Amino acid sequence: MKRIDHAEGSSKFIKAKDHLDFHDKRLWDLRKKRDRESEHLPEWEELRTLASAIKEHTLTHLADYLEEFERNATRNGAHVHWAKDAAEHNQIVFEIMSARNARTLVKAKSMLTDECEMRPFLANRGIEVMETDLGERIQQLDDEPPSHIVVPAVHKLKTDVARVFSENIGTDPKNSDVHYLAESQRQHTRPYFLKADAGMTGANFAVAETGTVVVCTNEGNADLSVHLPKLYIASIGIEKVIPRIEHLGVFIRMLSRSALGSPITQLTSHFRVPREGTEMHIVLVDNGRSERLGMSDFWYSLKCIRCGACMNTCPVYRRSGGLSYGATYSGPIGVIIDPTFNLRKYSSLPFASTLNGSCTAVCPVRINIHEQIYKWRQIIAERHQLPFVKQQAMKVAGKVLSNPKLYRAAVEGAGAGIEHLPRFTIYSRFNAWGKQREVPSAPQFTFRQWYVKNRGKK
Amino acid sequence: MSSRDDVLARVRRNQPAPRPLPAVPTFDTDPGSSLERFKTAVLRMGGKVADPPADGDLDNLIGRLFPDAKVICSATPELVGNRPIGEVREPADLDDVDVGVVRAVYGVAETGSLWLTEAEFRVNTLGFLAQHLVVLLDPSRIVGNLHHAYRERAQFDAGYGVFMTGPSATADIEGVLIHGAQGIRTLTVVPVAAGSK
Amino acid sequence: MRAALFIPCYVDAFFPEVGIATLELLERLGVEVVYPLNQTCCGQPMGNAGCHDDAAATEALFVRNFTGYDYIVTPSGSCTHHVRENLTAIPQTADTVKVRQRTYELVEFVHDVLQVREFPWAEFPHVVGLHNGCASLRALRTAKMSEIGEPPFSKPLDLLSKVKGIRFVTPERPDECCGFGGTFSVFEEPVSAKMGYDKVNDHRNAGAEYIVSGDMSCIMHQKGCAERLDLPIKFIHIAQILNGARE
Repeated sequence: MKRIDHAEGSSKFIKAKDHLDFHDKRLWDLRKKRDRESEHLPEWEELRTLASAIKEHTLTHLADYLEEFERNATRNGAHVHWAKDAAEHNQIVFEIMSARNARTLVKAKSMLTDECEMRPFLANRGIEVMETDLGERIQQLDDEPPSHIVVPAVHKLKTDVARVFSENIGTDPKNSDVHYLAESQRQHTRPYFLKADAGMTGANFAVAETGTVVVCTNEGNADLSVHLPKLYIASIGIEKVIPRIEHLGVFIRMLSRSALGSPITQLTSHFRVPREGTEMHIVLVDNGRSERLGMSDFWYSLKCIRCGACMNTCPVYRRSGGLSYGATYSGPIGVIIDPTFNLRKYSSLPFASTLNGSCTAVCPVRINIHEQIYKWRQIIAERHQLPFVKQQAMKVAGKVLSNPKLYRAAVEGAGAGIEHLPRFTIYSRFNAWGKQREVPSAPQFTFRQWYVKNRGKK
Repeated sequence: MSSRDDVLARVRRNQPAPRPLPAVPTFDTDPGSSLERFKTAVLRMGGKVADPPADGDLDNLIGRLFPDAKVICSATPELVGNRPIGEVREPADLDDVDVGVVRAVYGVAETGSLWLTEAEFRVNTLGFLAQHLVVLLDPSRIVGNLHHAYRERAQFDAGYGVFMTGPSATADIEGVLIHGAQGIRTLTVVPVAAGSK
Repeated sequence: MRAALFIPCYVDAFFPEVGIATLELLERLGVEVVYPLNQTCCGQPMGNAGCHDDAAATEALFVRNFTGYDYIVTPSGSCTHHVRENLTAIPQTADTVKVRQRTYELVEFVHDVLQVREFPWAEFPHVVGLHNGCASLRALRTAKMSEIGEPPFSKPLDLLSKVKGIRFVTPERPDECCGFGGTFSVFEEPVSAKMGYDKVNDHRNAGAEYIVSGDMSCIMHQKGCAERLDLPIKFIHIAQILNGARE
């Protein structure tokens, strides 16, 4: 499996100046909107603590809450299925649909279904899946994964969307007016809602107390996906369970404020009972979550409510774009959960970070993201998944910096500044430091030399 | 071993040591006028507010707000409309509705949200296939914030319930705000007490 | 009061004037400063790369050099953070624990321990943009971070604001990371350079003649970017201003 090279992906992204500028400014704007909301609520930090504590409690009692959810969902008339992994999830969805001759599926945004790669699986078995969220639809038509978990096409400009739509849904290639494009997708998608055999959503929250599936959207596409077809499938990661309805007060207050800087999404939908004459199926998915639960340094990542605030604030993400991470989950949260899916493939991701800590500071459920990034680096180094050049540089650095004589030999003396840089900065074949930066020049003396000369030994 | 047993066993095995469940306060602030706060919030979210008609004639109000509307479907007996909701057989039949009318159970001042369930919609797609939605709201039924909203425990026994906050929207293309994404294009709140005529 | 001075490896090698200013400043403030001669580095470069094993010997050397002092002061927020939070490649002996607890970043030390606010010898008649390195800001909490809605506070500004003639301007993104990040600056060079360019342009556009920071590692990176861009902006460490540098 090919290792993702984040630096290379970011390099491509940075070269497209207009796209980069827009991407960076748009997401920074979302971060600033989040700030305005959080400053407006004096209880913001307390809400973060509550949200974190509720999630930690739930995760440490997860089996009981999953059973409670299943009991209540079943009592409501829903069918509850369990999937160990992505493959089983896809198979279950397929079997539910094919048993009912359902050939068309309209779906709302679900990162879980992207994680499971459900669409190609179903497409290969003759099931037509239509993404109904505007951003997801753009990406589906362009055969690209979503780049951001909340705004999937944020890396595209309207001219890109005009191209994608003109190639696929017959819009005017010269018209990149955003209202025109959005209206075109609305009109094009609507008949599919009306005729679809099945509808699918993910879940932002699954309430154990009542068996309720909670879905937060702005577009209304989740509700249309559920209220029209006779078959409703909800795919839910097991970490989405929360204990009681009243806890939604905390999470709903935080989710959209963190994601978009708006107090709530336009629709906050609570699906509990299938309407008469229809079926509701819930697929609870593990796919590595139970294993992550047992990782003492990393289980906090399961608290994630998929708000994307960490992506919006991350200066690296904003300048490299979600696609450079090569995974369903990108940005800071992606960096700490993707290595659990494939350590080798995603071994560069924890290094796509300056450890600045902004992500941790905005996370509504207090995931210690940058600390987990630091810990992943240790694991990757221990498991020999570092690039050879870096491995060697660190060995040399470790030897030189732990030996006062060797160290002094390295830094003292005349010569071009480059020779005296700490070795790790010049160890890359391409002398990366100097590509876009000047190299510090070597002064006449080191501090130690000055001290010895001017203050003598003490 | 079934997948269910497998997953649950692994979860049980891996669960970290128990952490306690915190109590959730209601974070009440001095509310001021709930209706004014609600109006400010719903306007911010792209919704509109229309004054109730002095003569109490809601059908007439709809006619004035939506002069070009052909199909008006009301789920509340306070309004007649011209598409009887009781005769709708399939959810998709509401596809041609220009204006839907419902009465909300209550509103939330913090966010400008309206709580509606299948009882208020009668047919759920009324809230999503209609091009425009008018929502009647009793001004005395506005709670302060979402903590209070989520303590209306009986409401969550509904088979389906939704907090609607303004019209459907998206900013997925270059951050440009669009109202009328997949759902309603406009949402108009009429603050009028239930049963007034 | 006696304090041991830790000079980060890159300051020793490239910016000795910062070390000198730190030493002189502490002496002006009545501190007896000792400089253990066999010091090298705190281990952060290896630690941040995940190379725990490679960091161990350097960390052990650090502890050996700085055992027995009540205060260890360094003009570097990131090194202080590494010592206090991440010096974990070595056994946590009593000596190690003490050294870790007693390590202070310079601003923190002057502000919280010495509690000095006035520097009558200092004058810096220039327009200045303040850059708080992320370790200083978010880990050591040297100032309010924009992510958290808390009452404003800033230890660096408390110290700098009374310096004669100094004027501050604020960039648009005051606490966005500048992109150094240690080995990140080399292994993720495209994003690192872009972040650095954005940072220096932001300060320049706000009107700054100088960027001042308590972290020379950030400065090294920003300076390299500014020079490549031919941007007429200068760089200085807080220690130098507080010690009386005029430029």
